Amino acid sequence: MYQYDKYDQAMVDARVAEFRDQTERRLNGQLTEAQFRPLRLMNGLYLQLHAYMLRVAVPYGTLSARQLRMLAHIARKYDRDYGHFTTRQNIQYNWIKLSDAPDILADLASVEMHAIQTSGNCIRNISSDQYAGVAADEVADPRPLAELLRQWSSFHPEFVALPRKFKIAVIASAEDRAAMRLHDIGIELVNKDGVIGARVFVGGGMGRTPMIAPEVRDFVPFEEVVSYLEACLRVYNRYGRRDNKYKARIKILVHEMGVDEYRRQVEEEFLHLKTLGIDPPIAELERIATYFAPPPYKQGLSDEIDRRDPAFAQWVDQQVAPHKQPGYAIVNISLKPIGGIAGDASSAQMDLIADLAERYSFDELRVTHAQNIVLAHVKKADLPAVWKALAGAGLATANLDLITDIIACPGLDYCSLANARSIPVAQKIAERFADTGRQQDLGELKLKISGCINACGHHHAGHIGILGVDRKGVENYQLLLGGSGAEDVSLGQITGPGFDENGIVDAVEKATQVYLDNREGGERFLDTYRRIGMKPFKDVLYA
Amino acid sequence: MNILTGNDLASGDVIWWTGNGWSRHVGEAIDVGDKGDEIAQTEVAARRANEVYMIEAEVVDGTVRPAHIKDRIRALGPTVRLDLSLKPADPAAGNWVI
Repeated sequence: MYQYDKYDQAMVDARVAEFRDQTERRLNGQLTEAQFRPLRLMNGLYLQLHAYMLRVAVPYGTLSARQLRMLAHIARKYDRDYGHFTTRQNIQYNWIKLSDAPDILADLASVEMHAIQTSGNCIRNISSDQYAGVAADEVADPRPLAELLRQWSSFHPEFVALPRKFKIAVIASAEDRAAMRLHDIGIELVNKDGVIGARVFVGGGMGRTPMIAPEVRDFVPFEEVVSYLEACLRVYNRYGRRDNKYKARIKILVHEMGVDEYRRQVEEEFLHLKTLGIDPPIAELERIATYFAPPPYKQGLSDEIDRRDPAFAQWVDQQVAPHKQPGYAIVNISLKPIGGIAGDASSAQMDLIADLAERYSFDELRVTHAQNIVLAHVKKADLPAVWKALAGAGLATANLDLITDIIACPGLDYCSLANARSIPVAQKIAERFADTGRQQDLGELKLKISGCINACGHHHAGHIGILGVDRKGVENYQLLLGGSGAEDVSLGQITGPGFDENGIVDAVEKATQVYLDNREGGERFLDTYRRIGMKPFKDVLYA
Repeated sequence: MNILTGNDLASGDVIWWTGNGWSRHVGEAIDVGDKGDEIAQTEVAARRANEVYMIEAEVVDGTVRPAHIKDRIRALGPTVRLDLSLKPADPAAGNWVI
């Protein structure tokens, strides 16, 4: 994992001191709320539906055990003993006191963490593949580039006041586990004739105007990625719509300008930037890469797994993914117990996961955009012990990528922007499909719920998506089918009129029945939908 | 009726104007009629409340109930964590929201 150098630490410590002073001035009346609001938002502190909410950045979703223990400590000491892992691989605390916020930021800084640029019109936390560095199919480890971009984008003076917020994802596998093309900039590292570089997509996103990012360049040499992204951002900063926040994202600019003209202007800017020498020297890239060297794996380990316990075998089949190192596996920890709240973890659960990471996973964890946690390097021989420990803490649900592995935003239960509750709908659907055999029969089925058009619950990218709306003061839920955030990216289509809270659960069940009645061979729900289209679903949903 | 709500500056807690101060309980809110802006200005200036605004409410079964579901959830707490709400001992508290 990357470790702060003296500059990183000095910047974060200085920001803590600055925010402590700003908070004191707000509390003693020297600053009005209008003056203080942008300052607290720059530090990830929102005023939400019930209290202040703090969003903490988890850089490209990677955490050490020490960091996760600190997150648990913050939940226990300053919040109500839990945190919420988000669809941007971050963590949010829902019950923060303003007077505690500087101390929390100081605690975070002590473990090389912060909440800087988790709000506002700036480049947000870089997201990545939770299997980075361990996926068998990756062409390179995407984390060194993600770290380089973290450093480049932190306090970048030209990009702290963009027309709108800006999200970047970096992957390095053909399989997209990070919804890469639904970001403002999506980067896929590729190998071209033995040389690693970036395939760059610009102008994707969800929200009220969902768009899939078109490819802007098929290859940027690795050592020139920073100046190419600088060019992408410059063109956006110059022409992005500052007059209308609903048209201010880069996706609107690329769409309105046209991808060819946007590309032409980026290339022009890129040529100019290359003359300025802003790309980091190779030595710096190599310095960063050394932090992501593979851990000292044991060689010659067996790939055998003792599957005599059926419950354990089922968990292995669902939650364990292949690792590139023989004898090791990737463990996905579900934060989606049936009837639970997607992404929530208690301080005790966080402490336990940290212990497991330290003991069994070379001290390394990942947060996924699907609101789960990953132990990246577990010996196959240790899987039974890990499973038993997880089961004892309610963390051994075997539902990865099944219908109960639901992404749900906090919705109207916590969020002041929301129009409808997401969590109760997710809970009811999970309870309806709780039977393990039924879930497995349905196979891979990604269900995603947002409580408003801002789409934090990624409803556009769900094989089944649900969007909560406010219909004259009553919660109503629209159903979408056919979305995907993966390498077969697509945007879901609305089926028709919405449903009430119970009706949407019934509607999901009917949609799954249409799938079961029509599927062929090994088709997933999404495959069947794409083959037969919307009509058979509508015929049943609105009969 | 119109009631006034905001957040406690230091804690962020949701608070309601009672006529002579602020309460965490919406049931103690009073109708401020057309005096909302005036009260809000005074209270914000004195840092006794933050982000104050007026909402519509009605009296139902003798209790003040905000007109919109968002304000009712704000008044009670998350419906999915009633243990953290203002009525942690009442398993039916969520019904008041819906």
